[in-house]
Amino acid sequence: MTHSMRAPLLLGLVIALLVGTGLVQGWNATLTILNYGLISAIMALGVNLQWGFAGLFNVGIMGFVALGGLAAVLISMPPVPEAWNAGGVHILGGLALGAATIVAAVMAFNRMAKGWPRGIAVVAILLIGFFVFRSVFDVGVDLVESVNPAGTGYLGGLNFGMQNYREWGWMTIIAWPVGGLLAAGAAWIIGKTALGLRSDYLAIATLGIAEIIIAVLKNEDWLSRGVKNVSGLPRPVPYETDLQQDPAFVERAASFGLDPTMASTLYTKMGYAVLFAIFLAVLLWMAQRALHSPWGRMMRAIRDNEVAAAAMGKDVTGRHLQIFILGSAIVGIAGAMMTTLDGQLTPGTYQPLRFTFLIWVMVIVGGSGNNFGAVLGGMLIWWLWVQVEPMGLALMGLITSGMADGSFMKGHLIDAAAHMRLLTMGVILLLVLRFSPRGLVPER
Amino acid sequence: MDFLNALVTLANFVIVPGLAYGAQLALGALGVTLIYAILRFSNFAHGDTMAFGTMAAILVTWGFQALGISFGPLPTALLALPFAIAITGVFLLGTDRVVYRFYRAQKAKPVILVIVSLGVMFVMNGLVRFIIGVGDIGFTDGERFIIGARDFREWSGLDEGLAIKTTQGITVVTAVIVMAVLFWFLNKTRTGKSMRAFSDNEDLALLSGINPEKVVMVTWLIVAALATTAGVLYGLDKSFKAFTYFQLLLPIFAAAIVGGIGNPVGAIVGGFVIAFAEVLITYPLKKVLGYLLPESLAPSGLVQLLSTDYKFAVSFVILLVVLLFRPTGLFKGQSI
Repeated sequence: MTHSMRAPLLLGLVIALLVGTGLVQGWNATLTILNYGLISAIMALGVNLQWGFAGLFNVGIMGFVALGGLAAVLISMPPVPEAWNAGGVHILGGLALGAATIVAAVMAFNRMAKGWPRGIAVVAILLIGFFVFRSVFDVGVDLVESVNPAGTGYLGGLNFGMQNYREWGWMTIIAWPVGGLLAAGAAWIIGKTALGLRSDYLAIATLGIAEIIIAVLKNEDWLSRGVKNVSGLPRPVPYETDLQQDPAFVERAASFGLDPTMASTLYTKMGYAVLFAIFLAVLLWMAQRALHSPWGRMMRAIRDNEVAAAAMGKDVTGRHLQIFILGSAIVGIAGAMMTTLDGQLTPGTYQPLRFTFLIWVMVIVGGSGNNFGAVLGGMLIWWLWVQVEPMGLALMGLITSGMADGSFMKGHLIDAAAHMRLLTMGVILLLVLRFSPRGLVPER
Repeated sequence: MDFLNALVTLANFVIVPGLAYGAQLALGALGVTLIYAILRFSNFAHGDTMAFGTMAAILVTWGFQALGISFGPLPTALLALPFAIAITGVFLLGTDRVVYRFYRAQKAKPVILVIVSLGVMFVMNGLVRFIIGVGDIGFTDGERFIIGARDFREWSGLDEGLAIKTTQGITVVTAVIVMAVLFWFLNKTRTGKSMRAFSDNEDLALLSGINPEKVVMVTWLIVAALATTAGVLYGLDKSFKAFTYFQLLLPIFAAAIVGGIGNPVGAIVGGFVIAFAEVLITYPLKKVLGYLLPESLAPSGLVQLLSTDYKFAVSFVILLVVLLFRPTGLFKGQSI
């Protein structure tokens, strides 16, 4: 089989799987899988940029996804004026003091002569700054969180619509690129410290930042309500209930032979799918252009031989920083889209196995270094991730069918079917790495 | 008297837990560092190796308990430990044979091996969840305390009590024994010396007739022993939960890098540095300072630098500082 045929064939397989799901499990389920699959494809595209183009090993994808989700809340939710009046000044002032402390410490480090007085000065600035920051900031946090803690208890977002924020749902789309910006900022901090060192250090640093971002989202209630979750995010697509009230829509649905409830659900999900597909197409086009530009060739030259590229005068660490930020930004965009689709930000559900390592399986299986491969791998692995659980249950049902009802082994095996996913993904990853290390659609 | 009270409070809430946690991290970091030194990759499956070993220990412990075998005042899990190490060792040798050996023969780049270890991590994580589930499992039995807080108060006449849990004592004693045996092995025995030679210079070691497969095999067995011991001690001290063990990966890596990855002494020092920093920064110092400072200066708040939810941030910040200022770690790494 020639390489040029592989991408269309894989695309055909993905379409066939989705259509098959639609025929067996219903179109509603298919559209749900499709929507998350499109988002997964965008994440895989971002990771492929880092790994496939530059050979950078990022295991903090979960953190960038979560930052995107945070952006969705901060842009699309309405502000809470009472909270801003109560503690907004303290929070902003505290954050400014914290930033000033870091700037002062960096300046002291750069300006003072090397030696122990510099070390003491920097540590002293950081310590004093930390206590000043906490003394101002904590007051604000208490004030903000005490404003209607059951309903809001946070500062809210930037939606100008205020009470009518649901009608300003298009603002959610603005949140997607903003999610990319937040992720890019975090990536800059990590890249500045860990790039240029051994490759595994970047991996460990990204692993750490992801855990910290999740910890911040879980604990900083003033920012996004922590584990109390923010739900009811406005949508860029119509609400099902509004559609069902609309006589014209109900009539059109009836002409297709659908009842209004089902029709409105499908319509909303299709709306999301179109939006996501547009974003995916634009990002994919940009990634392809980048890959075939002189910049893309330079990236691959650096990836294949850093020493030679450096000898040719390429700034290896600088280019790595660039592409690391770009890739993380794409992941951030996808994260914001996912939170929009969920309609809520739930920091407790971010699991590294689901959000970091699954994306890695998608990229490796799809074909690292090939954008189409990453995108199709994302769709394919997502479909599998969703379907392995029912398959596992069916398998366990078959295995245990001979056992007595209520026996320990039977109950245990059926409970354990839910964990088949991880096992399957691990085995798939190992098999692809061993027998087809360049992935299903290899780099040309 | 106030000074003694402050000291006892500090010992009770910071020093004793820090020592125990540090010993657990040090054992974990030793495993990571050994794999790095001999097999030359960062093993992301290490946290799940610990979970696998602990799971084996729990299953054997349950077996012993069902048979009515106990270890007197000590936890039964200690009796189960050798069996668990053997099971984990066999499992790790199996993964090496099925997975890692292929890439070693190819001389694959380290980062490929790291990704392969991700795959192994998935499989191990799935297996552990499959066999024992995701819930919290406590498997400590035997005597709970070496010294109880009340006994200590009555004995010393101080206001503050000092409690040392049996598991904390066992952790520190076991860790010291394991480390002593490991260093004796690496420095005195022929196999240990060949491991160090292999780590220093692979080509030279091969030229002098060292069998690489044997070195790798011994390494996996030692790693199985270290990971299982670390996991069982952590589980005894706290409790067993598959996901918590996965999360231990970050402090363990931080410990190994802070000490200088590939350097066993560094791994031990790094483990204690991370553990004490974590415990000290997340512990509210109000009581200690209340005893030490005159009344007018006594703090009104809790004087807790960071809430305990941010304990990952502590290892992470230490990691970043080390990467920025001393990427080779406190002790020069890269060889054992």
